[in-house]
Amino acid sequence: MELLCPAGNLPSLKAAVDHGANAVYVGFKDATNARHFTGLNFSLAELKRGIEYAHAAGSKVLVAINTYPGDSEWRAWQDAVDTGAELGVDALIVADMGVMSYCSERWPAMPLHLSVQGSATNVDAIRLYHEQFNIKRAVLPRVLSLKQVTHIASEIDIPVEVFGFGSLCIMVEGRCLLSSYLTGRSPNTYGACSPASHVRWEETDGQLDVRLNGTMIDQFEPNEVAGYPTLCKGRFKTGQRTYYALEEPTSLSTLDILPELYTAGIAAIKVEGRQRSAAYVAQVTSILRAAIDSCISDIENFQPHAAWREGLARLSEGSQTTLGAYERPWQ
Amino acid sequence: MTATTQTNGHGPALALGPILYYWSRETVFEFYEHMAELPLDIVYLGEVVCAKRRALRYMDWIELGHMLQESGKQVYLSTMTLLEAASELGGLRRICKNEQFPVEANDMAAVYQLHKAGLPFVTGPAVNIYNSHTLKKLVELGLQRWILPMELGASRLQEIRAAAPNVASEVFAWGRMPLAWSARCYTARAANRTKDECGMLCLEDPDGRLIHTRDNEPFLALNGIQTQSALTQNLAAHMAEIRRLGVEVLRLSPQARSMTSVIKAFDQLRQSDDDSINVLSKLEALAPIGTCDGYWRGAAGFDRPLEMTRAAQS
Repeated sequence: MELLCPAGNLPSLKAAVDHGANAVYVGFKDATNARHFTGLNFSLAELKRGIEYAHAAGSKVLVAINTYPGDSEWRAWQDAVDTGAELGVDALIVADMGVMSYCSERWPAMPLHLSVQGSATNVDAIRLYHEQFNIKRAVLPRVLSLKQVTHIASEIDIPVEVFGFGSLCIMVEGRCLLSSYLTGRSPNTYGACSPASHVRWEETDGQLDVRLNGTMIDQFEPNEVAGYPTLCKGRFKTGQRTYYALEEPTSLSTLDILPELYTAGIAAIKVEGRQRSAAYVAQVTSILRAAIDSCISDIENFQPHAAWREGLARLSEGSQTTLGAYERPWQ
Repeated sequence: MTATTQTNGHGPALALGPILYYWSRETVFEFYEHMAELPLDIVYLGEVVCAKRRALRYMDWIELGHMLQESGKQVYLSTMTLLEAASELGGLRRICKNEQFPVEANDMAAVYQLHKAGLPFVTGPAVNIYNSHTLKKLVELGLQRWILPMELGASRLQEIRAAAPNVASEVFAWGRMPLAWSARCYTARAANRTKDECGMLCLEDPDGRLIHTRDNEPFLALNGIQTQSALTQNLAAHMAEIRRLGVEVLRLSPQARSMTSVIKAFDQLRQSDDDSINVLSKLEALAPIGTCDGYWRGAAGFDRPLEMTRAAQS
């Protein structure tokens, strides 16, 4: 079971490799990937250096080209695929069927991973991509229970990857348009959710309002901690009740179910967070490295250490973690 | 059995989308008996949101399909959108192999099964066709018509149609838009219940449950595991452009009230160049709380056209 870590820049890539990531995933500096943030991601030269660094340490580099291009933008996605293949990355992570089609025809030897943005939540959807594009791995959306994940992994002929830690999408990835409904920009079309360019904070009488393109996402009292206003993690009203209508600010953590995921034959545990700092990547990577090693070496007696839990909680949204959809009651 | 597009008279065909909400069995039967008499060309039937909604079983949908077919409608069976459990794939297989009506695929699992069976299909709004390359690949697999994803608009549609001119396309012309899908049921969550113990609360919300922002703006409509826009997408003001683009089908998404008036208004609009402010403002009043058309114009989805804002205020 590999540990696959995020890198938004070269220092993060080095931090992941140095702290025990088996593989690192990255994106280019444009809308071809789902973390299209200002100042983030890799130029051609940076990616070359990143690949050299990772390969020298025995780690792989995967490139996410996992947004949905329009015809007029097609060239950029095609260039991203060609560049990744020419530089000798270890796999491309793709969501759009057209892009996948191009990859498999132009670069048949380049391993293709079905991105979480491809929304494949069942065995038949994965089989379609496998038969049509010879994908080598499927990344599962964060809406499946442990039982469903286990079933898919046992039924499918290719390795399955799941998310193990980081920000939690509660909607099926690739099928969430909430961000473009308010801002015109979504993960699918633009590679960003609730983009910072559209966020506005306003303080009145100690109360902090946060708006996304004019729509109020939440209000904070002086004693409340205000996190990044991802729109599905704001508070809204139905009737007289004000609550987190969709989800609380919280992070996903699979520390407690690593043995089950290992037994299910999951090929890789993915850490979300290419937008995070190198220090964050270093800490999460080293904790998960220790946890996975401990799980694999003595699965019967595996117990998450308190220090791992506390370490991950400190790095989590709202300082809390959840098993998310893996655990039935969450649903 | 073929999945071709037929049009009555001029302009694009009118299609009635699948009912996205959970209505009682009696309501559904009455609704479609009424729809059979209206100027609709195509009707999509079936539960597309939640496998727990079982007021109508498979044979009921088949029966409704025959009734509508006898009234001259072209009928499609629509598949579930979010398929997770193995049992849900069993239900999907049954629909794909029905041998009586063509199928609207709402997930790649349906595309997989229909392709395996050598059957033609059309795709619904959650199948991501963002460019002509994806469209052409799906045509290879049996696709005969596709609907533009909710968040795309006229310019993207024009690009795709130019690059793949022989594939019929559909647009979501009226209705609260499906914006997101989750394992979690938000209708149950709104009542502090888990999905397993939901008690089918969604029966109480025939147009979804509205949530507001903390400063009281209507924001979203919760429909079980599906999250919709609070505003109704209305493309009536763009009918001339839709005709110019050659769009073959307009989809009208069922709502609990005034569906007859919505259908009649679009029937009037599709046949004439009279995009009169009268029809437009009449339509505006038929939406549960208001309309938007931002996606079509390449803007934020909830953006409202100026003339609609004026009509609403007058």
